[in-house]
Amino acid sequence: MTTTTSRQPAEPVTGAVLSGRALVKSYGNSPALRGVSLSAARGDVLAITGPSGSGKSTLLLCLAGILRPDAGEVRFGDRRIDTENEATRSRLRRREFGVLFQFGQVVPELTAQENVALPLLLSGVRRREAMTAARLWLDRFGVADLADQRPPQMSGGQAQRVAVARAMVTEPEVLFADEPTGALDSLAGEQVLEQLTRVAREADTTVLLVTHDAKVAAYADREIVIRDGLLDADANVDHSASSIGQHRIHP
Amino acid sequence: MSVGHALLGLLADGERHGYDLRRQYQRRFPAAKPLAAAQIYATLERLLRDGLVAAGATERVGGPDRTVFAVTGHGRTELERWFSDVEAPSEYVGSLLSMKVTLALLIAGESTAADFLRRQREAHLARMREHTRVKSAPDADLLRVLAADYALNHLDADLRWIDTTLQRITQLAKEIRP
Repeated sequence: MTTTTSRQPAEPVTGAVLSGRALVKSYGNSPALRGVSLSAARGDVLAITGPSGSGKSTLLLCLAGILRPDAGEVRFGDRRIDTENEATRSRLRRREFGVLFQFGQVVPELTAQENVALPLLLSGVRRREAMTAARLWLDRFGVADLADQRPPQMSGGQAQRVAVARAMVTEPEVLFADEPTGALDSLAGEQVLEQLTRVAREADTTVLLVTHDAKVAAYADREIVIRDGLLDADANVDHSASSIGQHRIHP
Repeated sequence: MSVGHALLGLLADGERHGYDLRRQYQRRFPAAKPLAAAQIYATLERLLRDGLVAAGATERVGGPDRTVFAVTGHGRTELERWFSDVEAPSEYVGSLLSMKVTLALLIAGESTAADFLRRQREAHLARMREHTRVKSAPDADLLRVLAADYALNHLDADLRWIDTTLQRITQLAKEIRP
């Protein structure tokens, strides 16, 4: 059995784009993360799965610099980011990270193209340049023909493709996605995932994909399972009475 | 599904000789194991005997003589009956997984059972990744995509069972060995 020894946090892999070490986070008295370590290399497409309430979304928020862990550290390349102030982390998120959630991605009052251009405009890119880039990314996700439409006119799958294009327009080093297809029917969801993973692989973007759905996780190169705030191999097994030999086999 | 019905169905789409039938089988059922020539001819013999197909003209196309087979009226009736019958829902691999978990809890303990489930989960997900790659390939035709979807959904059902069992493994251990 290796499960008892793997409680020791793994050292971050050298050359990792993103790594978390011994991450702990509680909401009031309820622990969400109880010491999780992981790292992702450039271009890795990594699924983070686990039951509801396992801590997988909290892990994502900590790694993305949205939440500050209570203990442990998060590194982006060689740089420790969990200790940076909010303004610095916010700038980092805008420039190096893309973030994608299940809902509320797109601004209903803006056209698809304006939506996708938004992150660039917020980073100070000139409007013309931003709109040209937006057009390109809409095209990569097969929704260039929706450029002038507003989200209420689109299907859920179309709106989510616009959201994915918006998350990728800054050409982020890491894309964080939390149940990105959770609101879509399975066929629309798969089409979004297929494009997302293909485009991310072409761009060598690292993807961290939180999902409870194994069919979604199967789009990733590897999977990390979180249970009760720990990596699964560490979670919730009573080690006191286990392994063959400690039980008598009755004839 | 029986090979007999598969061949009968392909012949109902148009008469063919055995060699052509074998190619059609691979084209139409890309996820199925390819048939050996002997299996095709043995099955055709049986269909002939039961009056479901009839042997027609002999063709020679730059090789050996090939007998062309066609579906009979009786054969079409059998196909219609087959289409209207539901297939028995099978018990799937789940019962085997379940037996293994019970035995592991009975004689080895909780961590052995949980460890098995975790490794089984990894194996299932690895297989799901393979099917996902196949269906995501740019040149995948819809037949292949649907075959992969079928496999993915069945593997997913097992995997959900593995997950919910893992979540309640302590409770199950107590029930099996109070």
